[in-house]
Amino acid sequence: MERTWNNKGWLFVIPVLVLVLFSAAIPLMTVVNYSVQDTFGNNQFFWAGSAWFEDLLASERFHEALWRQFLFSGIILAIEVPLGIAVALAMPRKGWGVPVCLVLMALPLLIPWNVVGTIWQIFGRVDIGLLGHTLFNLGVDYNYVSDPLDAWITVVVMDVWHWTSLVVLLCYAGLVSIPEAYYQAARIDGASRWAVFRYIQLPKMHRVLLIAILLRFMDSFMIYTEPFVVTGGGPGNSTTFLSIDLVKMAIGQFDLGNAAAMSLVYFLIILLLSWVFYTVMTNVGRETGSGTGSGGGR
Amino acid sequence: MDLAWMAWTWPTAIFFVTIFTLIAAMGVWEWFRPGGAPRVGILRFETTRGDRLFVSLLGSAFICLAWLGLVGPSLWWALAVCLAYAVCVFRWV
Repeated sequence: MERTWNNKGWLFVIPVLVLVLFSAAIPLMTVVNYSVQDTFGNNQFFWAGSAWFEDLLASERFHEALWRQFLFSGIILAIEVPLGIAVALAMPRKGWGVPVCLVLMALPLLIPWNVVGTIWQIFGRVDIGLLGHTLFNLGVDYNYVSDPLDAWITVVVMDVWHWTSLVVLLCYAGLVSIPEAYYQAARIDGASRWAVFRYIQLPKMHRVLLIAILLRFMDSFMIYTEPFVVTGGGPGNSTTFLSIDLVKMAIGQFDLGNAAAMSLVYFLIILLLSWVFYTVMTNVGRETGSGTGSGGGR
Repeated sequence: MDLAWMAWTWPTAIFFVTIFTLIAAMGVWEWFRPGGAPRVGILRFETTRGDRLFVSLLGSAFICLAWLGLVGPSLWWALAVCLAYAVCVFRWV
């Protein structure tokens, strides 16, 4: 039977389009305008063409910030995903322990980003911080203010502390949705613990795991507040990620043309990665037929 | 209405008018041929006309960036590559 299409429904979308126009499209257009001009303030602009983009693409500073950003996202995904799965597997499925664990897991997620940064900034200080002072007394030469490796470890551990809970909660939701009959069948077959995980739990967690990876990757790729509060991008530029570098360039140096070009390239990378993830998630939903929503979002 | 704060230039205005014209044309196309003409192309998943336009525009942006980084500042040939790429996307993706 021929499906009936009624395009008048699009009229209901107009209010949202107007909102997006003012909140996203007009600022984005302004950034594009800035990216091809130079300004010294006072609303005076001089045509620069593609010069800022050429500078950016040849800039070692940009390449290093981009590399650090990918490295950071890769490291935290490599830690948070397996750790999140392990914690979710270890959590109780029934009894009083369930709400206790869920509340404990949710706590770090409720803390504002700048507060997390402040907590870790103080926590890691050698003079007054519990972590820094304890490590110092144990003879460990730890100082995130002067040592790039220590700064990286601090920022990574802080992110793991803050966000592993999200992976845990998503994986736990996937685990509790597995019917008991699957486990009974596995017990009858004499399946090992590993076999239960590999052939029952992991496939059932597949979709939520994909969502967790997507959320953590996008969030970590745009991270700004926590590392800025803890290290300010230092020591040197060792923890200067793309967003921190962008703010330094735009506000610190008032280099608006260069910052606008960098914003656009950053935006394009995010847009590409979002599209890839969205496409993968949509098609995984269609293939598995689990249909938790994103498949129909086109 | 004073739009001086947006720092408009003729090239960027032409760029955005082109983008908005493309989107409007897609809207008109959709009005007369609703459904988005979904199909499975070489990427092995279903795409609609809107998806193909998005992939064309996003890919074109990266083609221009690659051209600037690897070849030089003149983007006329990059524009030709972008058009060829968009035709391929609409034909095969």
